[in-house]
Amino acid sequence: MTGRTPSPPAIEVAGLRKSYGSFEAVKGVDLRVETGEVYALLGPNGAGKTTTVEILEGHRDRSAGTVAVLGHDPARGERAFRERIGIVLQTTSVDQYLSVSETVNLFRGYYPDPLPLDVVLEATGLTEQARVRVGKLSGGQQRRLDVAVGLAGNPELLFLDEPTTGFDPSARRGAWDMVKNLQGLGKTILLTTHYMEEAEYLADRVGIMVEGRVVVEGSPQEIAGAGGATVIRIRLPDGATTPPESLGALIAGGQGTFEIQTATPTAILHQLTAWAVGEGIEFEEISVTRPSLEDIFIEVTSSNGQDGGLGA
Amino acid sequence: MSIVKLALRQARYQNTAFWRNPAAAFFTIVFPLMFLVIFNLLFGSNQVQFEGGTASLSTFYVPGIVVFALVGACYNNIAMTLAFSRDNGLLKRIRGTPLPPGALIAGYVIHSVLVAILLVVIVLAAGLVVYDVDLPTTRMAAFIVTCIVGAATFCALGVAVANFIPNADAAPAIVNASILPLLFISDVFIPMDDAPAWLTTFADIFPVRHFATAMHESFHPFATGSGFEPINLGVMGVWMVVSVVLAVRFFRWERRR
Repeated sequence: MTGRTPSPPAIEVAGLRKSYGSFEAVKGVDLRVETGEVYALLGPNGAGKTTTVEILEGHRDRSAGTVAVLGHDPARGERAFRERIGIVLQTTSVDQYLSVSETVNLFRGYYPDPLPLDVVLEATGLTEQARVRVGKLSGGQQRRLDVAVGLAGNPELLFLDEPTTGFDPSARRGAWDMVKNLQGLGKTILLTTHYMEEAEYLADRVGIMVEGRVVVEGSPQEIAGAGGATVIRIRLPDGATTPPESLGALIAGGQGTFEIQTATPTAILHQLTAWAVGEGIEFEEISVTRPSLEDIFIEVTSSNGQDGGLGA
Repeated sequence: MSIVKLALRQARYQNTAFWRNPAAAFFTIVFPLMFLVIFNLLFGSNQVQFEGGTASLSTFYVPGIVVFALVGACYNNIAMTLAFSRDNGLLKRIRGTPLPPGALIAGYVIHSVLVAILLVVIVLAAGLVVYDVDLPTTRMAAFIVTCIVGAATFCALGVAVANFIPNADAAPAIVNASILPLLFISDVFIPMDDAPAWLTTFADIFPVRHFATAMHESFHPFATGSGFEPINLGVMGVWMVVSVVLAVRFFRWERRR
């Protein structure tokens, strides 16, 4: 529109399926990840996230569907394709007898245009561990080294499969900062996770996968917003009159608490507070909550468990 | 980078890691040298009948340990390293990089061969200086060719067998169980002169005894001729080709699920 050629999507997937024998792990996934975007595939264990990602990485063959990653078909295993991607698998290890910088250098050597060693170490917070043997690193540091190795070749697209599983909260926060750094370097990132906060914090767009399908997709805000009404919760002082019915469906919660579910929270709040001021009532408590990504996730995954899927 | 450069680079890192790994360095380097010392200490001075005269049993043990060292550095080392790397996910990780698979395997092989050469030199030097064994100077060509065919055969066999090792825990057991009994019945640790015929016939199915026979021949103190053993080398060659086919055909990047 502005005369700029839109860059092609980093990942374009249509009708992707994967069966292991009679078990279908991926049941028709469509996916589009734009260049420079951080996309999170979210889902419970066994939802088919890792299978999907491993097909995109070229680690697994697909049963059906079309896949283009940076314009390549990953199933062909071309060297030119692998020069442009970086992979951080769920569980991997590197030789424990090499040091951090030796390991990163070993992998840098596989690529035509690697990132400088100090940039890789800086981005992953391993500068101080450069000379430490891999076997002596803590669990969190080893995971960061996994990311460092995935980053060594200066990939355009980075796959992060559950990068923070098993981290304590502060290590997770550190890892998030690291991913934000990578985003700053202009990388496209495809992330899988089963942590809601992680997707919410890092991702531009989120796809929720359940039983082999992407059932909900959008930005974290869109998904949360589409998930239902905002909830206004108030607690009235003892002896106060009940708010008028005109404010909408009031759900009494006992001990003077009421909940109002509404799609127009601004207007309702205005009326509610006008009524309270008019009555001379000061609310004991008032809160306004939008459904979180986590609420949506739980809703989607539990309803899918019962009725077998909403469709992609 | 060319595939040759990548393979050499891979071998260099492999080498760095190898020498920092006490278990690998011990079993590959110290073990054969320990066996050399022990066997020679116990039996080395015994005089034995060779075709054409008598010589000390050290004349048997030096080439025997050359075979043992080469098999350990190539077969055990590669099968073990590959099985571990497959089990812990290193191979899968490499597969996601542009490193050509050939360069990866060549890296393992080059490193193993360098370790083997180092060991052979140490054993030969010890044989010459400590045990007064005549080195195969007049049959150097046969000795070198035998070493090359042996290294190639046992490297290929190591890659092939690693394909069938299910996980890291099973690796030491499978590798040792497949090679140790053969070493005992193949003129490596014990001369098979008095062994029952069926046992030597059985041993001759496998490559170890052919390797040992060819090696002994190149050290033979009284034999004449070039020392080449075309039939023994040929049998090893067949094992090598079969191993390469199995190595390629059944190669896996990941452990079995």
